[in-house]
Amino acid sequence: MSPFPSSADSEGRAYRNASPGLRFFLTASLALALMFLDHRGIYLAQVRAYLGAAMYPLQIAIDSPSAGLGWLRENLARRETMQAENAALRSQSLTNRAELQRLAALQAENARFRALLDSKTRVSNRVVVAEILAVDMDPLRHRVILNKGGREGAIEGQALIDAMGVVGQITRDQGDSAEAILITDPDHAVPIEVVRNGLRSIAVGTGDLERLSLPFLTRNADIKAGDLLVTSGLGGTFPPGYPVGTVTAVDGSSGDAFLEIAARPAANLDRLHEVLLVFLQAGSAATPAPARGESPPVVASPPVKAAAAPSPATETPPLVTATPNADTPPEAAVEPVPVPVPEPEPEEVQE
Amino acid sequence: MRAPRWPVWLLLLLALAAELLPLPAAMQPLRPAWTTMVVIYWALMWPGRFGVFSAFLVGLCVDVAHGSLLGQHALSLSLLAYLVVRLHLQLRVFPLWQLTLSVFALMFIEAFVLLWIDGATGRAEFGPGRWGPVVAAALLWPALMAAMDRVRERLERRDSSFA
Repeated sequence: MSPFPSSADSEGRAYRNASPGLRFFLTASLALALMFLDHRGIYLAQVRAYLGAAMYPLQIAIDSPSAGLGWLRENLARRETMQAENAALRSQSLTNRAELQRLAALQAENARFRALLDSKTRVSNRVVVAEILAVDMDPLRHRVILNKGGREGAIEGQALIDAMGVVGQITRDQGDSAEAILITDPDHAVPIEVVRNGLRSIAVGTGDLERLSLPFLTRNADIKAGDLLVTSGLGGTFPPGYPVGTVTAVDGSSGDAFLEIAARPAANLDRLHEVLLVFLQAGSAATPAPARGESPPVVASPPVKAAAAPSPATETPPLVTATPNADTPPEAAVEPVPVPVPEPEPEEVQE
Repeated sequence: MRAPRWPVWLLLLLALAAELLPLPAAMQPLRPAWTTMVVIYWALMWPGRFGVFSAFLVGLCVDVAHGSLLGQHALSLSLLAYLVVRLHLQLRVFPLWQLTLSVFALMFIEAFVLLWIDGATGRAEFGPGRWGPVVAAALLWPALMAAMDRVRERLERRDSSFA
């Protein structure tokens, strides 16, 4: 007896309609056309948003066991553990508030200095909490699904942070949900500056959740292990001053013109559960258009960073640069990569 | 009376869900490519009902769920379905170990198409994340086949067109 009892199905029925070769030719051409359009970022954005929204119920269903487990843990916790946690949180809140008092004084001082220098004051950014669904996406890419989308005001290109630092940005708004890219995705890059000396560069993802790389600094750049990197605010996607990571290794031995610099992301990217969506507000350093809190402007394409290549660190203050939608070259605007990595430019030699 | 089609799609939906289930980071490279296996199974067993077009639709769903380039999995899965439909009469008479090896080879071709497209769009990456799912799926193929055979036989018993 054959292990495959039914071969009846193949006779007659399989080749009744179009031959499989013709069918494959049709689907392959259609797939190639779709890939071309999707890679160029034309026509398909809306289609993908609808398809993504259609997939959201499945993602919710997959997330529900872990969400339910969290709910159970919260509701079945013993009274003592809850009290201990409550006490710990209360003391932490007290410390945070004390820190905030100091920060308020510093902020006021900063605003005074800025007024003296005749530059715009920076307004603090409004944030909204979003949850990351426990859904694994493509293992080769660092993408996540958020439970907040365009209905809650999320827009493409919006920055995500957690309590420790920058997490990533939104790549696709799907109405009730949104897809986001993490800063460690190989397709992502963040404009950064070194806190110690204001040296500006770009941190590129490596595909490893624990590592960023800074490929565009020349051998004479002043950077060393332990340096804190923060967002520079160039390009307008990320608000300035949020921690991105710490330099872990600087390798100049390869005989190359550029250093090999590795950095560890500040955010806890492997244990993410909640993130903050940052709304850039009017008066903030690099906001392209006034966003009055409730109704942020809908920017069709994510702000492209090509125009914000690192300039000599000494002159251009970050306040006057980067109105991303105005001076972006049109051919760069259709690039699907959220943050195209600029070519290493010779101007960085002048540090 | 024809057997209903919805169990085919339900099993595919379950396979897609199994691919999205959260796993610890260390185990992620070993997650079997469930959807690919189920597509191979249906194309092998019911080539007249589940063919290239159906595989294309499944591929589109995978693309959206994974956030990959739209059309990437659609192309690779329709190629896979085409090969299986063309070869199904040979494949079906293979003993199990030989069939498992053939499935491994087919899934390797599918993974290679994905790598090719990734390379063309500038994100080629050779890691355990690319080949691990293929190996894990090949190891699990006999078990999956046994389970799916039971479902299929139940469906066929209710279907007079198989008699």
